[in-house]
Amino acid sequence: MEHITLLIGIVIVTALVFDFTNGFHDTANAMATTISTGALTPKVAVGMSAALNLVGAFLSIEVAKTISSGIIDEGSGIRPEVIFAGLVGAIIWNLLTWLAGLPSSSSHALMGGLIGATVASVGMGAVNGDVVVMKVLIPALAAPLVAGLASLFATRLTYRVARKADEERTAKGYRTGQITSAALVSLAHGTNDAQKTMGVITLALVTGGALAPGSDPPVWVIGSAGLAIALGTYLGGWRIIRTMGKGITDIQPPQGFAAQTSAAATILASSHIGFSLSTTHVCSGAVMGSGVGRKGGVVRWGTAGRMVVGWALTLPAAGLVAACSALLAQQGDWGVAAVAILTVAICGAIWLRSRREPVDHTNVNDVEPAGAVPSGSTAPEPGPEPAGVVTTAMQAVAPPPAPSGAALGASSDDSSSNQDSHAANRPASATSIS
Amino acid sequence: MSIDWASLGQVFGISLVATVGLVGVFTLGIVGHSARGANGTPSALGRLGAFTCYALCLAAVAYGIYIIAA
Repeated sequence: MEHITLLIGIVIVTALVFDFTNGFHDTANAMATTISTGALTPKVAVGMSAALNLVGAFLSIEVAKTISSGIIDEGSGIRPEVIFAGLVGAIIWNLLTWLAGLPSSSSHALMGGLIGATVASVGMGAVNGDVVVMKVLIPALAAPLVAGLASLFATRLTYRVARKADEERTAKGYRTGQITSAALVSLAHGTNDAQKTMGVITLALVTGGALAPGSDPPVWVIGSAGLAIALGTYLGGWRIIRTMGKGITDIQPPQGFAAQTSAAATILASSHIGFSLSTTHVCSGAVMGSGVGRKGGVVRWGTAGRMVVGWALTLPAAGLVAACSALLAQQGDWGVAAVAILTVAICGAIWLRSRREPVDHTNVNDVEPAGAVPSGSTAPEPGPEPAGVVTTAMQAVAPPPAPSGAALGASSDDSSSNQDSHAANRPASATSIS
Repeated sequence: MSIDWASLGQVFGISLVATVGLVGVFTLGIVGHSARGANGTPSALGRLGAFTCYALCLAAVAYGIYIIAA
């Protein structure tokens, strides 16, 4: 422990911060449908998910030996600065997508960050292009499809089988089933994602000479990684939960159960077979599938499209931020300090920005009044609702909380506020309103 | 570049079968559990079937936890 230099210390702290953002970014995967169907109250849901994430972190000691799953050649002079820059890229992208309420893959952000930082500091040669396609591109396409189809058929089946049963009575059963599936997703998430952070910290300790190469992570690393992800989960990424639970489609208890079970089965099958799929992509796909599977269910493809754009941007965007950080961090101690200060400043700015339009456990299930009033109908058919959702999503990115006609306001004043990618996919959603 | 179609197919097949199977069994359980006899009392047969279905689902959950921990 006494060999830990300041730089290694910074890397460890950054890794834990990433772990934390990973936790609150991914709460939605396990709990969004559970919260929106009312199976659990928001606070109980995140509390349960957090506890299971913590347990999950201790469940398996099979260490992610290669933090980047072989995408970058870790032997070719990866230094703590590079890991640091990669983490910074991943953290900033995670926070930006959280601000926009976009569920995006934290693992892709981490991979993108590490790739970007490696390219900037070592060169293209250290990135294995084949592996990028195999581990990132194909799974990103496959995950929503696999989980979506499974969820679609399961939704059809369950509605068919239970069509004569009393809805009130079955709802309770569905909720129990859904909670169980969500618990499995949380547990699997803790095991998978906390290990990534452990791998990063262990690698940093090894490069710094505090640990022998190839050694297991020390207990304090496992404990702190588990705690960080659990704390993040408990904080709850309410913006993302809202998008996932209410934004894509209106989820009834049978749909929530089918979607969550499909997510759990797909995640477990894929990680067991060794073809890992991103939890976020799986869960989003499952929710969409359950929307298609119910008669009269409406999937807001505008919201879904925005999410897909976000997925496509995750890797390059995190990579770009990481590459810039790497170039700066390489300048020496002052460079590292500058990156650290800039990161804190950017995170603070994003947080302040989120305060203008807070989403928390009290209003996570509320559809914006602007959308709810005109649609007004209490009918089960959620036909005219997309406006409410898009407005919600837009208000997450656009500053003024205009009570009505928010969509119009947002499209005119957005350019200054959110400089990068979100501006790009906003027009698409704006058109979906009219 | 080699795309691992075999694994992809496996993931696809297993996920589909497991999801649809589990959801189906659990739904049967719920339906059986909520079934009522002619005079409005819970039917014994329904409950027996329901608990069998729940037991199957529990076994699946246990297997899931085993996979996570392994």
